[in-house]
This record gives sequence, structure tokens and C-alpha cells, in this order.
Amino acid sequence: MSVITVYVPGDAGALAVGAEAVAKAIIREAQARGVAIKLVRNGSRGMYWLEPLVEVEVAGRRHAYGPVRARDVASLFEANFHNAAKHPLALGATDALDWLRNQERLTFQRVGVTDPLSLDDYLAHDGFAGLRAALAMAPTDIIKAVTDSGLRGRGGAAFPAGIKWKTVAEAAGTHKYIVCNADEGDSGTFADRMLMEGDPLMLIEGMSIAALAVGASHGYVYIRSEYPHAERAMRTAIEVATAGGYLGADILGSGRAFTLEVRRGAGAYICGEETSLLESIEGKRGQIRFKPPLPAHKGLFGQPTVVNNVLTLATVPVILAKGAQFYGEYGRGRSRGTQPFQLAGNVKHGGLIEKAFGLTLAELIFDWGGGSASGRAVRTAQVGGPLGAYLPPAHFDTPLDYESFTARKAMLGHGGVVVFDDSVDMAVMARFAMEFCAVESCGKCTPCRIGSVRGRELIEHIMAGREVARNLATLRELCDTMISASLCALGGMAPFPVLSALEHFPDDFVRAGRDAA
Amino acid sequence: MTVSHSERQQATTRALAEHGAAPGALLPVLHAIQDALGYIPDDALDSIAAHLNLSRADVHGVISFYHDFKHAPPARRVLRLCRAEACQSMGGAALEAALRQRLGLGPDENVSGDGIALEAAYCFGACACAPNAMLDGELHGRLDLETLEALARGVAEVEP
Ligand SMILES: Cc1cc2nc3c(=O)[nH]c(=O)nc-3n(C[C@H](O)[C@H](O)[C@H](O)COP(=O)(O)O)c2cc1C
Ligand code: SF4
Ligand code: FES
Repeated sequence: MSVITVYVPGDAGALAVGAEAVAKAIIREAQARGVAIKLVRNGSRGMYWLEPLVEVEVAGRRHAYGPVRARDVASLFEANFHNAAKHPLALGATDALDWLRNQERLTFQRVGVTDPLSLDDYLAHDGFAGLRAALAMAPTDIIKAVTDSGLRGRGGAAFPAGIKWKTVAEAAGTHKYIVCNADEGDSGTFADRMLMEGDPLMLIEGMSIAALAVGASHGYVYIRSEYPHAERAMRTAIEVATAGGYLGADILGSGRAFTLEVRRGAGAYICGEETSLLESIEGKRGQIRFKPPLPAHKGLFGQPTVVNNVLTLATVPVILAKGAQFYGEYGRGRSRGTQPFQLAGNVKHGGLIEKAFGLTLAELIFDWGGGSASGRAVRTAQVGGPLGAYLPPAHFDTPLDYESFTARKAMLGHGGVVVFDDSVDMAVMARFAMEFCAVESCGKCTPCRIGSVRGRELIEHIMAGREVARNLATLRELCDTMISASLCALGGMAPFPVLSALEHFPDDFVRAGRDAA
Repeated sequence: MTVSHSERQQATTRALAEHGAAPGALLPVLHAIQDALGYIPDDALDSIAAHLNLSRADVHGVISFYHDFKHAPPARRVLRLCRAEACQSMGGAALEAALRQRLGLGPDENVSGDGIALEAAYCFGACACAPNAMLDGELHGRLDLETLEALARGVAEVEP
């Protein structure tokens, strides 16, 4: 009898909604019925409203069922789902689902498809093709390919990756380091986590290519402590890659050495900022460093260091395997390639959508997301994390690319979109932005450390209807000071959600005052 | 939960032996101690400082900077509720308020009479399944009040 392959995601988001219980029920039920199955714990396909999403492979094609609860499993077997039979939870062939068919998955090509920790599976799906190509190239040509592709940093600042690598390659130092920023602290973002859990070998491959390009011999993956599953996956994947000869003293017999290490953060949002992150790896308080010097010149332990986001590094193998031109043909304007957008919050169909830059916010929220989860009107979306602006529906026609967002005093950041329905109180959200800044401030500069606390107080006064006009004026002045005088973008950008709320939803601020009057 | 002096010493010695030699060893050492004991005991500071060639003030400064590191043994159960924006958009704040009431927690109280501690967290990366909470390291999503209370009290294997 042939063995049937069943997929149940091991992704933290799927586990949060019961995937572990479903996996156990499937094993139990298969045994009881004498059905031989092979259970693979894949990454998530990114359709979180359908999680736990169970797939079964029949005659080389995968069929999806979801959302499956443990108590549905007996009926799935009863209906003969392991032969792709009909069932109320059946969604049809996975590759025919619109959500997946209409994406342009390059960085996420294997996430949800393969067994994340299987080297064989990785290789069978074009894994390490980029590294092999890079091993045959001169470092300057690797850097040229990354530059020509137009790849910009996916962690928020959108700095061209190739230029950063070139700076590190040309900098003098006894050692050079590759540091992967896996701190992903922004609310509404989860692509880094999904990639580390769903295709960790791809990140390793990208980091190895970066090492070849700049001449680094050691690297760190700095993962936030809120991501224990991602940390476990990365640690195991490093062992797997090392055992396979893809990491270590002699990568694939090339004579080139590169080793990797995981470091766990300790619950500090500011450690996502690259210089704080370096301080943290060095074992210090995660306080911002003055720039210059840039980390590319004097970074970790004073040596030239590449700091890149997970998605930036994980996209590099695609560029090396398929060519700069292939990747650069996707996108719009100066935003080249694809972006794994993350759609979350009060939205019917939340999840991961990898598309070329340029679709509009409205398309993302309504065509992909299906509108609000509550069924009420969508009132706003915050884009780019806790330092990003709140956009009103009148701005939902903004194309998702870096320049279009900047033009609207907003930022695309790490590509996270959080949707709110019309029950949201924007004064509360503005207060939260200041509160978050106060909680997470590293304390090095006054505008941020004191300003955020003061900002919170002012919004509280306004909400209570105390001297509303005067306090609003003071709040605006405070925001100006924070923007112009903060040392880093935490204090420098925390005012943006506040100012966008004031600009687009002024009634929420004066309403409280009127109520009190 | 009390931890004996020898347990504390053992955990510290082991953490230093395993991680103490790495460059920038302090965070891995602190994590290893906290993984073993649930907190960083004060009497570990001197040996950490001596081993890593730091001052006691340096070590204290690092411990106090990071939200994760605890000075005292944790409560019986620790429920970390996500307060970030995506969870708020799905009613996270109201959920927290209702849970506090059920657990009989006053506005400035964070540990219930039966040893359930509520802590704030800012995003677990499961924002498409909001609202979320983490109980003793396990993530739970799409929470409602009943499920959350059952989780906190540990009365049920919950399935959403
Ligand atoms: C307050 C703050 C938080 C940040 N958090 C992150 C983060 O969690 N992940 C990330 O990749 N970049 C984050 N960044 C951006 C990094 O400083 C840096 O630009 C990035 O790691 C560079 O990599 P990239 O060019 O590949 O994007 C943050 C920046 C600031 C100011
Ligand atoms: S803006 Fe805030 S986080 Fe940034 S350096 Fe100043 S105090 Fe630190
Ligand atoms: S905002 Fe709560 S899990 Fe991301």
C-alpha cells in the first residue's frame, strides 16, 4: 500500500489556532484505521483564516482542507479525504486556489510547500542554486547582480542592498560579519517569522552568499524572544546545513568558510534598530549608537558588518539563481521586485501576499482581504508598523511602493498592513503610539524619552476634554520636536501615527472635548 | 516556587560554562540562567560579572534594560497578552479588561490570588489570527473571553 503524504503546518500562527491538536488527531486516526501516512510539518501557506490548513498529496497533486479542528479529523477520514475526496472543509487543489495562484511568490516560493528542515526537499525545489552560482562568481560580480536587481532593504529603510554590501566589501577590517536582523518588532508583520519557520535554509543560503560577496567568515541571526518557534527552526536548519557541507570551514569544497550562530533578543523593540541590535549581540544594553561610523565601516565588535533584514537576505538566492534582470522586472518605479505583504488586524482574509510592488492598498484590503472581519466599514489602515501612518479610505488608492507612500507622508516599512473597522477610536490609537514609544525608548535622548511620556499625557488631557485647543497645539509642537531632534527613528517617527490620526480623524480628538463640555 | 541556593549556583555555573566564552556572552548567559530558573537571582550577578570581566553594575544595567529578564521567581502561570495594534483592532483591550475582571484584578494588580500573572507583550507575529496571547511559552490565537479565561486558569485543553 502506498504511503499518503499529509501536511499540517508547524508554523507558529497555525499552532496558535490548533494545528498541533490536528496533527495529533490525524496520526491517531490514521493508526486506528490502518492508513499509512507520512506527516509533514510544513510552513504556512499564509492563508491564516483557513488555518489549520491540512493538505493531502494524491497522485502528485496537493488538495487542501481548512480550517480543520481536531474534532473534524474523524469525519475527514470517514469521507476518505486522504484520497482527496469531497468534504465540507474541502477547498480543492491547493495550486488552484485564487489566493495562491494570483501571487508572485519568489521569496516565499517554498514556504508552505516543502518540509522546512529537509535538505533533500530544499534541493529538490532549486535550493542552493543561488549559492552554487555565487561560488562560481567573483565577489564584485555577486554585488553587481544584487545592485542591478534593484533589491532594497526590506526591514524598513529601503536602502539598496548592493550598495551596502559594496561598502562592507571595500572596508578594511580583520573580520567581517553578516548580521541578519530577525527582530521583526512591528505589529502587523510576520513575514520574517513565516520565512524562518517555513524555509530557514533559504535565509542561510542568502547569508552565505552575502558572506562570499563581502568576505565575511561569521554571521549572526538575531531573533526576538517572542519567536521561539522560529528560533528552534533556525538552530536546527543551521545544523542541517552544516552537516550537508553548506556551512562550515569549507563550503561545498570551495575553500571558503562561513559559520552561523543564532542570538536571542530579550524583549526590546529598539533592538530592531541596527546599531542597538549590534550592541545587544555584544552583550550590552540595546542603546542606539551615534552614526557615523556606519555599521558597514565599524559594526559588530568594531568590524565592517552587513546588517540586513530576513527578507532582504532570503531574496538574494533568487537573484543569484535566476538573474538580476529576472528579479528586477517585477515592481514599479524605484521599488523593484516583489514584497511579501502582510495583511492583518480586522480583516476577513488575513495573511501573506507576495506580489510585485504597485498594487494598491484598496486592492490588498478589499480584493485580497475581503474587507473587515467584523463586517463593519473599514475606517483606517496602519501601514509600516507602530511608527507608520494611519491612512483614511480616501488614500487607499495609494500604490504599495516606497515612493508613493513617502509622497503621502506615510511609509511602507516592512510591508505590514493592519486594518481597523469603524469602531476604532483614533485618539486611543494616537495615545498608544506615544505609550509604546515611552515603553520601548532606549532612553538615550530626551525628545524621545521625555517627549513620549509627555505626548501620552497631552493626549489623555485632550481625551478628557481639558483645554483641548491648547493641548492640541502643544501636542503638535511636541511632535515637531520629536521628529527633528530625536537620535533615531523610534522617537523620530512615533509622531507619525499621531499626526496622521490628527490630520485624517480630527473629530475623534475634539469629540471627547465636546462630550465633556 | 522557591529555588534553593545550590540550584541557583548550579544553573549559573552551567550557563557560564556553556556560553561564557562566546564573544558578547552576557545575553546568552542570562537567557540560559532564566531558562533554567525562571529568573535571574541577585546572587548570580557577582559570579557572572567576575567570569565575564564586567562590573556588577554592568550586568545589572543589562538585566534592567531588557523587558524579558526577571529579578524574582515568576508566578505559577504567566499569561502574556498582546497589546499591539493588530490585536487591538480585534478587541484585544476589551478582552484584557474583561479578563482582569474575571480574575478579580484591580487596575494596578498583575497577579491574581491563585497565582496567574498577566503581562503585556507587543506582537507575537500572529497578527492575522488576532487577538493573541502566550501562556507559558505556547501561543494562542483568535481568542475570546471564555477561551482566555480557561487558558489562564488552566482548566481546559482548549481548542479554538
Ligand atoms: C526603532 C527601529 C526598529 C527597527 N526594527 C527593525 C526590525 O525589527 N527588523 C528589521 O529588519 N529592521 C528594523 N529596523 C531597521 C534597521 O535599523 C535597519 O535599517 C535594517 O535592519 C537594515 O536591513 P535592510 O536594509 O535589509 O532592511 C528598525 C529601525 C528602527 C529605527
Ligand atoms: S529616539 Fe528614543 S530610542 Fe532612539 S536613541 Fe533617542 S531615546 Fe533611544
Ligand atoms: S499585534 Fe498581536 S500578535 Fe501581532
